[in-house]
Amino acid sequence: MFKPTQIAVALGLAGLFAAGAANAQVIKIDGSSTVYPITEAVAEEFQKAKKNAIKVTVGISGTGGGFKKFCRGETDFSNASRPITAKEMEDCKAAGVQYVEMPVAFDALTIVINPKNTFLKQVTVEEMKKLWEPAAQGTVTKWSQVNPAWPDAPVKLFGAGADSGTFEYFTEAMVGKAKSSRGDYTASEDDNVLVQGVSRDVNAIGYFGYAYYAENTAKLKALPVVSPKTGKAVEPSAANVENGTYQPLSRPIFVYVKAASLDKPEVKEFIEFYMKHGAKLTKEVKYVPLPAAAYTGNLDHVAKKKLGTVFGGKNEIGITIEELMKREAKM
Amino acid sequence: MKPLTTEQIRAVIARGKTNDLIFKSLGIFCLALALLVIVALIADMVMKGSERFTVDFFLNFASRRATEAGILSAWVGSLLVMLVTACAAVPLGVAAGLYLEEYAKRNWLTSIIEINITNLAAVPSIVYGLLALGIFVYQFGFGQSILSAGLTLALLILPIIIVSTREAIRAIPAMIREGSMAVGATRWQTCRYHIVPYAMPGILTGVIIGLARAIGETAPIITIGALTFIAFLPPVPLTETGQGTAGLFDWLMSPFTVMPIQIFNWTSRPDPAFEVNAAAAGFVLMAMVLSMNAVAIWLRYRLRKNIKW
Repeated sequence: MFKPTQIAVALGLAGLFAAGAANAQVIKIDGSSTVYPITEAVAEEFQKAKKNAIKVTVGISGTGGGFKKFCRGETDFSNASRPITAKEMEDCKAAGVQYVEMPVAFDALTIVINPKNTFLKQVTVEEMKKLWEPAAQGTVTKWSQVNPAWPDAPVKLFGAGADSGTFEYFTEAMVGKAKSSRGDYTASEDDNVLVQGVSRDVNAIGYFGYAYYAENTAKLKALPVVSPKTGKAVEPSAANVENGTYQPLSRPIFVYVKAASLDKPEVKEFIEFYMKHGAKLTKEVKYVPLPAAAYTGNLDHVAKKKLGTVFGGKNEIGITIEELMKREAKM
Repeated sequence: MKPLTTEQIRAVIARGKTNDLIFKSLGIFCLALALLVIVALIADMVMKGSERFTVDFFLNFASRRATEAGILSAWVGSLLVMLVTACAAVPLGVAAGLYLEEYAKRNWLTSIIEINITNLAAVPSIVYGLLALGIFVYQFGFGQSILSAGLTLALLILPIIIVSTREAIRAIPAMIREGSMAVGATRWQTCRYHIVPYAMPGILTGVIIGLARAIGETAPIITIGALTFIAFLPPVPLTETGQGTAGLFDWLMSPFTVMPIQIFNWTSRPDPAFEVNAAAAGFVLMAMVLSMNAVAIWLRYRLRKNIKW
């Protein structure tokens, strides 16, 4: 009556519609590439600890791309290298997605120069503004134009691509307005391109996340930045981020969890694992961990379902760990 | 006009020969350059990645430690996505090409379709990704799955397969068609027993060019939501998964990653040790493409032997 091929097709269709059941215990995470190394390390260890009974997937679609998926309810967690914006809060609200905000680490945006560079000892925010502001495009091409004490050598600029959170934060901290930068520099989303560029040119200067500097200390020199608060030049390091003196380029990074997912036992287990081992793994991937109280605070927020953000939809420049902790505690 | 002297004729011939020689050396030079590039590329990847060519590299999932990281989820993902792509694009592409050559009436509508198919081949791949995100991922509800990725890449290579199918069909002498019709075969029988078999070698070439392009694509796959860290494989049909027996086609809906994404992730990591992994994975991807080509050449050779005109 039925040919074997017809039966195969019917089985195939049935299989298609029955699909989905197998995806029940998958924790879905997406978002920033800056937070990715930490979350990946946690996911890897978590799956090992659970003997692969719970599956975790981590994607990289950028902080903004991650929130788009998150606010459509597609992911359980969203990695973010900046707090959620007002626009994204609206999107989430419209879709009925509520969330708990969890700071997981600090990053120090690092300004790097070639190790053979002898005239740059430190840099101020004003100098960086002169060098990076849109008005400098095509006109500020020699180091002496930024500071007369510096030589008459050409400036070679390397920086983050316009789509990254790093670019957004750096321009806001240095130029004063997010995404406001000169365009005539070597821009790359791939920080290794910037590492190579700066390491090959004595007159080069560039910026990226601390982890890329930490892995390439032989090829690069980190430039101390004069803090606008204290007037002292501070070099980027874990200690200086922890004590809040590396300003204004320290920034907190976050993981957001969907409130509805907290009812799933595997998601709760994952958060517990993240907060318990987060500090150790953060250090391993060269970021600055938060004090232990921050992780227990996150667990507390999750347990009590304290929803929303402490940033009110705005990015903030130069927040210290201490300030962040105070704000989280008040929530 | 005075007739040319023997000397002059000799001079003309000599000039022609010199030109010949110049062009020949130029051709050899270009060919050598192309070969040199590919040899250098492969040698570079082999040298850089040699320490990772272990069994573990193929059987390990991604990891934050370079020496423990492997490409298991990536190569399985690439393979399964290619399978879906081939299953969707080949029948559609060949049928469309066959229709346009053998059935379609020559009118303005056909011309418009033809022009558009050729144009489609030049559309940037990211556009297909955006289209697929709307249609497959959200509209049809396939989600971020192997099925979505396979169908997206199928769309991408469809024009290539259609065009090469038509070229292959056009190369078949008209007398084959006429002979078949003359002995009373219907149009379908002509296609089934003559046109398609004779066009097969050409079609296969197009399929391989298409698949080789698809396997290296990153942009559309990222758009529809391929993952970067995934430490499990799609469910094997009819095995126990922990939540009951996996259906025959459950793997189609599984999340996935593919080789180019894994390579891209490794090259952009802070730890330089991952460059070794990237080089090794690059070589594996290259080997996958080359072996696909090899299979196609072998099939083409087999099929050509059977054609007797």
